[in-house]
Amino acid sequence: MKTTIAILLLAGLQFLVPTSGESAPDVNQIIEKTNHAAYYAGDDGKAQVSMRIIDAQGRERTREFNILRRDSSDGGKQQFYVYFKKPSDVRKMVFMVHKNIDRDDDRWLYLPALSLVKRIAASDKRTSFVGSHFFYEDVSGRPPKDDTHELIEENDTYYVIKNTPKVADSVEFASYTVWIDKATFMPKKAEYINKNGEKYRLVEALETQTIQGFPTVIKSRVADLLDGGETISEFSNISYNIGLAEDIFTERYLHKPPDEARR
Amino acid sequence: MIKFSLPIVVFLLFCITPQQVLATLRDTLYDDYRTDFYSFVEVRNGWRVDRNQDEKDASIAESRLQVALSTDLSKAIVKFKGDLVGDLVEEESRAELRDLSISFSPLNNVDVIAGRQIITWGTGDLVFINDLFAKDWESFFIGRDTEYLKAPSDALKTSIFFDAVNLDLVYMPVFHGSQFIDGTRISYWNNLSSKTGDRSLTVLDEDRNRFGNDSEFAARLSKNISATELALYIYSGFWQTPEGVNSTTWNLIYPRLSVYGLSLRAPLLGGIANFETGYYDSRQDPDGDNGFVRNSEIRFLVGFEHELGTDFTGAFQYYLELKQDYDAYERSFSGVKSDDEYRHLLTARLTKLLMNQNLSLSLFSYYSPSDHDAYLRPKANYKLTDQWALEAGGNIFIGKDDQTFFGQFEDNTNIYTSLRWSY
Repeated sequence: MKTTIAILLLAGLQFLVPTSGESAPDVNQIIEKTNHAAYYAGDDGKAQVSMRIIDAQGRERTREFNILRRDSSDGGKQQFYVYFKKPSDVRKMVFMVHKNIDRDDDRWLYLPALSLVKRIAASDKRTSFVGSHFFYEDVSGRPPKDDTHELIEENDTYYVIKNTPKVADSVEFASYTVWIDKATFMPKKAEYINKNGEKYRLVEALETQTIQGFPTVIKSRVADLLDGGETISEFSNISYNIGLAEDIFTERYLHKPPDEARR
Repeated sequence: MIKFSLPIVVFLLFCITPQQVLATLRDTLYDDYRTDFYSFVEVRNGWRVDRNQDEKDASIAESRLQVALSTDLSKAIVKFKGDLVGDLVEEESRAELRDLSISFSPLNNVDVIAGRQIITWGTGDLVFINDLFAKDWESFFIGRDTEYLKAPSDALKTSIFFDAVNLDLVYMPVFHGSQFIDGTRISYWNNLSSKTGDRSLTVLDEDRNRFGNDSEFAARLSKNISATELALYIYSGFWQTPEGVNSTTWNLIYPRLSVYGLSLRAPLLGGIANFETGYYDSRQDPDGDNGFVRNSEIRFLVGFEHELGTDFTGAFQYYLELKQDYDAYERSFSGVKSDDEYRHLLTARLTKLLMNQNLSLSLFSYYSPSDHDAYLRPKANYKLTDQWALEAGGNIFIGKDDQTFFGQFEDNTNIYTSLRWSY
């Protein structure tokens, strides 16, 4: 008990020690800033997304949807509303997520032909999002607290950070390395290493634009480096701080998609 | 022959119409009339595996064109969805209107939908307790798309959203009931004749169609507490399938029914758990001693869904029907073979997605340990492209006795395939 208190005191005192002005920010601060920049721009936002999914044989499928996002707090809970437009067999379906920090996300799927609100088990976030090479976690963000972070390189442009999962069995990767733009704190690319030590997955931001003052990825790509195949996402009609009400992310608006989602 | 080949002609027309023309039509409708357009054409064929009764070899043989339009009038949305069907089993072509409704919000916290519409609520997976809206069991058993299990209701649906709770009120001025198994396409156990009924012994039922008098009313009060969804239900109307007999004409009738229920759905142990119960008050048989009307029942459902692996989901349910006033029920049958007091039913759903989720393999199975019967629904759906989808599946009935719920359909075991083009 005494030791614990001593450690706590020591830990607390560390904050009082002045850091030298030019030193690199702490790795956890970089990750936190990146998480905010990449997933919490503005208080809310919307975008039209067009995905090209190309399989290992070169066959192409497309997905088109509008996505709405609302933050309960920066770095905290979020709500997502995904309204499908293409292909026609999934048209008007809605996928809704309440992203939680301390427990599994809540997910719903609305099937208009049956007028059915289905709740989806959401324990595994590292499965394909709508058949693409993106995972659910790529769309809604991986909680920084699930990994330990290590700054392995720093150059003029990027912080290079290696992330290792705290619970190794909970994910398919052994580690992943992210290149973070020092100016914007936006991730430029992420390389995933599997448990055999092979580089098997690459996620990259192909084009970025500043929209309403927020650096925004407008084209991104995920490539399967072992089996082949890739998905390219393009984002358009992006706007932030549009004043989305919290009740849009409830059952009422699954039956009655709001204008913001349909247009 | 010409009559029911119309949808086939339309199908061929669709297939040869350049997609560019359709794309232009869609854009024009959307830009100039704020109207959204969707369509599919489908051919679906199925066969009985072992035919013993007087039913056709083909369980399903139809081509279908569906057109859906929705127009945004800014203060209201008008929806239309209709099917044209060329049906070689029933040797007819027909038009089916699935949706013709207007939805609007007269007040900030009120949504109204008036007209023909599909209504669904409750927590069961292909098991229904408090969802007493019309179903089409024939479509379900012959292998039409799951969409057709839900039959449309002509209703006025009002939803009111308060801070504390939400209230849905549904009024259906004329009762239609569910499309039940009557022998025309699927043979069934005919209790009155104590033998299996088929095309030569179809069910005669007495419609309830007096406007206002034969109306149905359903309400749901719902609330979410954190991630837990709670709901209370009331229904006042009729048994959806003819669960009574007119003792003078010996035709089947739809006795009066009220249902009071509740449901709960919440995340549990990394999955989703659901619980639902309902008391079925068979109002024309209050003491359970009327052998011509089905007894009151308590129904109970508990289910759990969990991911079993990547893109692999398993869901399990236990369902119970408990007959009330069972002694009186048995006496009213005086020695004739009657139903058990308890009907237990287990369901399991396994779904696996493969090939970038373009191939979906699923198996839904019902098994009743009390009735000693089972019903299996295997299905494979492959999306050849974003437009074309190929499907194959089966409806397999297994039973020890001829008169149990699934056992009676044993001779109707069928397999089917379909090809659908959606635009």
